[in-house]
This record gives sequence, C-alpha cells and structure tokens, in this order.
Amino acid sequence: MAGFPPDRFVDRLLAAGFDFFVGVPCSLVRTLLVELERRRLYLGETREDAALGVAAGAWFGGRMPVVVMQNSGLGVSLNALGSLHMLYGIPCLLLVTWRGHEGTDAPEHLVMGDVMPRLLELFGLPFRAPGVETMETDVDWAAVTVRETRKPVALVIRPGLFE
Amino acid sequence: MTLTDALAILAPLVPEGTACIHANGYIGRAGCAARDRDECFYMIGSMGLAASIGLGVALAQPERRVLVLDGDGNVLMNLGTLATIAATRPANLLHVCFDNGVHASTGAQPTVSARVRLDDVARATGYRSVRRIETPAALATEAPAFLSGPGPAFLLVRIALGPPGPPAPRIPHTPAAMTARLRHALGKTR
Repeated sequence: MAGFPPDRFVDRLLAAGFDFFVGVPCSLVRTLLVELERRRLYLGETREDAALGVAAGAWFGGRMPVVVMQNSGLGVSLNALGSLHMLYGIPCLLLVTWRGHEGTDAPEHLVMGDVMPRLLELFGLPFRAPGVETMETDVDWAAVTVRETRKPVALVIRPGLFE
Repeated sequence: MTLTDALAILAPLVPEGTACIHANGYIGRAGCAARDRDECFYMIGSMGLAASIGLGVALAQPERRVLVLDGDGNVLMNLGTLATIAATRPANLLHVCFDNGVHASTGAQPTVSARVRLDDVARATGYRSVRRIETPAALATEAPAFLSGPGPAFLLVRIALGPPGPPAPRIPHTPAAMTARLRHALGKTR
C-alpha cells in the first residue's frame, strides 16, 4: 500500500493550527522533513530536549508547535516533558518515529521500540499511531487534544507511513 | 560582585516589554527578587533549556526583545543550543551568562568554566557580539549598549559565589500562574 503523502500531511497540520516545526531528524520521516524544509517551516535543533525548549518558547509567543523526533530522542526528552511542559501546562504535538517497531530493527532501537507505548502511557501523554486511512482524523484528534489537555500529545510514526 | 549585586545593576536597565527567561537554580530566585514582571519566566526544572526557550520566544515574536538569564552550569548542559542560536541569528535575542564557576544551588560543585571560557565558546559558534564582564563598573557601563544592541549577543558576567545558602526565597508563583501571565503579557489570552 502507498504511504501518506508528506505534503498532504503538512497541509493538514497547518489547517489544524500547527504552525511551528522544530526537531531532530529520523530516517522514517525523511520525506516529511524534505517537505517542511521546502516550505522553510523547519528548525533543526541539536537535541530533542532542546527542541522541546524551543517549542515551549514558541508556544509562549503564540505559536502551536510540532516537535519531530526519533523515539530514541523520547528518552532524551523525558525531563523536559516532565519538568517543563507537563509542569507548566505547555502543549505541543510530538511526531515520534517508531524505530524498533515489532522488534525488527537495528539492535540499538529494540529496547525503546519495545517500551515506547508503555512509556508514553506512564508519562500520561495521549498518543495515537496513525495508519494511512486514519492520518487526517488523527491529526485533527491531536489538534483538539493538545488544546484540551494543555500538554504534549504524540502521533507515533510507524515505519513506511510516509513511504 | 555576587549574583545579587549583578542583578541589582542589570535588572533595572531591562526595557519594559522585554521577555526575560530565567534559568533554574539560584538565577531565577535572585532574578525574581531583583525585579519581577509579567514578562518574566522562571524555569524551575528542565535545566539547560533557558536559552532554547528564549530562542523559541524570539523566533515566534521577532519584534519583541528576549533576554535569557543563564548560568555556567546551564549553558554547559546545553551547548548545542548556542550553535542553534548562532546559526539562526535572531536579532532580538540577548543572552546573559552569570558565571560563578560552580553549580551553586547543589552545593557549589565546580563546573569547567574556569578552564573553558564560555564567552570563547559563544564567540566560536558565531554570536553577533560577545563581551566578558568582570567588575560592577564594567557591567554598569556595558549593559545599556548590550540591552539595546542587535542580537544574538552574549554577555558573560563573571560573578563571585555569594554567602552560603540561597540568595532569595523560592519563586512565589505557581508554574500554572507563570504560564498564564507570560502568555497574557506576550499577547495571548489563554
């Protein structure tokens, strides 16, 4: 099955009110980052927690941010999520790739790939893992949920979603 | 010159409307005691991220001046953001680093800032201007030009460790109250 077109995904994010993009790359969102760069919407940060800091500042300044990261970066991000975003009530959309999905990946991704859904639940972060058919409704769900909960909400990007 | 001494010189010179993002630890506590305004944000956790937050505000509101009040321990924890700031070149972002050479609030354990000069690091990344201040007189002389000049600008203020214990009480505002007042002060009602 064909993947979800990155340009349509970006259009949907913008239509849902997300207007600030920062992150650290992952190969699973390579084509998405090409599209964001083409539109000059994306700021690359050096670490995922720093990207979360930039996103928090952007939200203070009136933007609704998206933070792109590999799930390895979710580990880097836990203190920022816990002691900045969740403490102060700062929303953002996390686009977290799912390396190590179903235990088939390079070895460095297997532990995080296994625990990631439970880790998101443990932190109390609402998330969905969209398929091609649900992508647009899941973006709209995320847009409503960040505003209602005032905390980070994640869309987990499985391998092949944007291929 | 202690942190409290330096803030007594700097804080009154900060123009109204400037968003001030304070690092955690003693910097936020002393900054709040020196001059508290709705545009002030005190980061009580997420050590290292004050400059990242300041960059986000600066990019979201290019017409507003943003001042980051940072420390040597915080800067060393997130050197990557210095590079991102220098590469992004926000003209409205000003970055002060109070450098006492220690992690003051955890018991004055030394940082490496005596051997690795953070003003040199900022200069190497490509900040538009970098100054190093070692005396109260120099701070009083240089602060006005720093606060009104173009960013990204880095001002390292070398300070002495103050008397034992915290320089000021804990931040009196709840995190939720700080969020609400900062958003409101920056023009967002919720």
